[in-house]
Amino acid sequence: MKPTSALTLVAVLMATAAPLSAETLRWARSGDALTLDPHAQNEGPTHTIRHQMYEPLIIRDMTGAFEPALATDWAPSADDPNVWVFNLREGVTFHDGAAFTAEDVVFSFDRALQPNSDMKELIGSITEVRAVDDFTVEIVTDGPNPILPSNLTNLFMMDKDWTEANNTVAVQDFEGGEITFATTNANGTGPYVLQSREPDVKTVMVRNENYWGIDQFPMEVTEIVYTPIQNAATRVAAMLSGEIDFLQDMPVQDLERVNAVDGLVVKQAPQNRVIFFGMNQGADDIEADNVDGANPLADVRVRRAMSMAINRDAIRQVVMRGQSEPAGMIAPPFVNGWTAEMDAESSTDVEGAKALLAEAGYADGFSIRLDCPNDRYINDEGICQAAVGMLGQIGVTVNLDAKPKAQHFPLIADGKTDFYMLGWGVPTYDSEYIFNFLVHGRESDIGTWNGTGYDNDELDAMIASLASNTDLEARNADIASIWRVVQDEQLYIPIHHQVLNWGMSESVGIEVDPEDQPKIKYFTMN
Amino acid sequence: MTELSDHKVAPKVAQKSRLRVFLDSDIYYTFRRSPIAVISTIVVTILILSAVFAPLIAPTNPFNPASLNLMNGFTPPMAPNAFTGESFILGTDDQGRDVFSTILYGMRISLFVGVAAVLFAMVLGITLGLISGYVGGWTETIIMRVADVQLTFPSILVAMLIFGIAKGITPIEYRDQMAIWVLIIAIGLSDWVQFARVVRGATLVEKRKEYVEAARLIGRKPYAIMLRHILPNVLSPVLVIATISLALAIIAEATLSFLGVGAPPTQPSLGTLIRIGQGFLFSGEWWILLFPALTLLTLALSVNLLGDWLRDALNPRLR
Repeated sequence: MKPTSALTLVAVLMATAAPLSAETLRWARSGDALTLDPHAQNEGPTHTIRHQMYEPLIIRDMTGAFEPALATDWAPSADDPNVWVFNLREGVTFHDGAAFTAEDVVFSFDRALQPNSDMKELIGSITEVRAVDDFTVEIVTDGPNPILPSNLTNLFMMDKDWTEANNTVAVQDFEGGEITFATTNANGTGPYVLQSREPDVKTVMVRNENYWGIDQFPMEVTEIVYTPIQNAATRVAAMLSGEIDFLQDMPVQDLERVNAVDGLVVKQAPQNRVIFFGMNQGADDIEADNVDGANPLADVRVRRAMSMAINRDAIRQVVMRGQSEPAGMIAPPFVNGWTAEMDAESSTDVEGAKALLAEAGYADGFSIRLDCPNDRYINDEGICQAAVGMLGQIGVTVNLDAKPKAQHFPLIADGKTDFYMLGWGVPTYDSEYIFNFLVHGRESDIGTWNGTGYDNDELDAMIASLASNTDLEARNADIASIWRVVQDEQLYIPIHHQVLNWGMSESVGIEVDPEDQPKIKYFTMN
Repeated sequence: MTELSDHKVAPKVAQKSRLRVFLDSDIYYTFRRSPIAVISTIVVTILILSAVFAPLIAPTNPFNPASLNLMNGFTPPMAPNAFTGESFILGTDDQGRDVFSTILYGMRISLFVGVAAVLFAMVLGITLGLISGYVGGWTETIIMRVADVQLTFPSILVAMLIFGIAKGITPIEYRDQMAIWVLIIAIGLSDWVQFARVVRGATLVEKRKEYVEAARLIGRKPYAIMLRHILPNVLSPVLVIATISLALAIIAEATLSFLGVGAPPTQPSLGTLIRIGQGFLFSGEWWILLFPALTLLTLALSVNLLGDWLRDALNPRLR
């Protein structure tokens, strides 16, 4: 080969290589996805990872607005008020090449309704999902359900054949410690393809070059390397030393430090999530306390006193360094049903709390164990420690047991904790979602995250009627009266609404999403 | 010399008090001539005393939640808090606890775990070492091979393994109370090999000596020979290892707690305090990490220096 032709070859190679320049996004946050199984564990960070690989019929874009994903349009049926009609996107393929059709939608809904599914509360009103033709699906509900679309934004579609071929039709039993093919493998229609996954260590995804929306979205990231880093200081060190480009769960104490570095920026927005404590008030006696034969938490005065002991302003100023908004109800301000009045109903009054405790017969206090996650919410363990101190001032001795979320959440789901921290984001932006999971009495398909043991049949009936109430005014009145009961019963102890901080290198172009759910296909890189 | 004549002679010769005997001994002589030994003894004594008397010395009890005020959080050393106006010698941590008090209380846990773990390792190691050295045969082979296998793992790994298993089998409601004891057992079990090997080696030498033969001839039982005759003669190397192990055990405990698998946040040791402080390094609250770390350094270093000196003093060949 002559030298000139060799040079030409090099030039040609370089020219063809340039447009394909690889953009790797190195992404970190405090914890990993609990599982990849699309219908096990309805949990924020887990959904976030799934969203890169799987898709629902409808998604929310980074501003929280609906956007067509696997469905191109949807509307209530003209003939039957109990039916929604979804037109599916044509020409979509799964990562393994199989075509996406109505059959897969029917299969995915059936799967999400299985007993082990954590998504069943969202679609509990659905009685049938039928394929009209290959690209039309009708969803039948047990009454008119005006807000059904907002319940589907995290409901992911799987390929029927792939799922059956890999013996993973049954949803993983997460609390039971089961591991199935779908927990570590993924075959979705989404913008990124799973390349490798080591749980709690590293997950690598590459761009899906056959993605239906590859021309529609920026899709500038060609490879995603996701690394969970539990330790806050290590996380920031990784960001400062340039080992990662994009950081969720930025420690609040390090915002200024990161912002001060050239090339790094922290973006901020209020999050659609509220942090609170749950108390087992339904049992006659609980295991976590030192009171025999009685349950102090069953007395509303005790619950109220505990809420009054919490100084939310101090938590905001010291633990959260201003990155939170004290809460009086367990709904974020984004949610239909939230009111500023109810959100201001928490007050701190140590003397009043002591008096209430004495009135309830616990003048000398009692002791109880608090279960708390240490890698899920912003400063979760710090908040719990602060609560230990504050409750101690009214004579309630709290033993704190902080542990990773993978061990914490099953305690709540299995009813093995009597006093626990939980945070709740509301992807539907409607109170019904909160009631279905956290207020309705615990049954096999509803109230599954209600660890309080609270079970009020009258309230349950009211909650159940919300789904099919098409009169929005009456529905909102019902929501308000349900909230009134929740507030008066002090079902939970609200702490605060989180403020989100995302750290990123200046080359990453994205705005903070109130759901804390970055969808990498919207990211630009320069 | 028989035991009988020993008793007769001893009172006449030993007119001197026990203290006098100690002050006249070689050990005390070399001790006085080594400034490092003297200084580290003083430092260790001060630290141990302040840990033991922490409730009397500490200005606040950091583990009494009723005395805490979250608004005191992140107060720098020797400067008044912006909200409450209170001021603290070494500042406060993220929960408003006085750092000086948490160090005193934390050192208690660190020292207690360290000493108890070494005692546990010592008892276990000496027993197994004596048995394997004296009995020999299969017993020795099995014990010493187990020791060899364990030596191939870093001891911190062994401790983490034991800690993990124990955490799995203890009921959740007892976990906090058990954590300290589990730590002691975990560190002790990872540390017994050293004692066993040294004691076995020394026993092998001692058991061939005439006084052991004599004891055997007059029909003393093996356990009596091991405990009453051999053990006192193999104790001095054990003492050296124990001192050095103490420093290692304190560090092992701090490492485990730093990794979040040791002392719970409600009973923080120095390692737990360092773990908490590490989160605030980038944001400029250096005192939360620095003071517990310096205390741990001083404690481990002075115990270690003391151990080094003891090894030199008790080993005639190094003199």
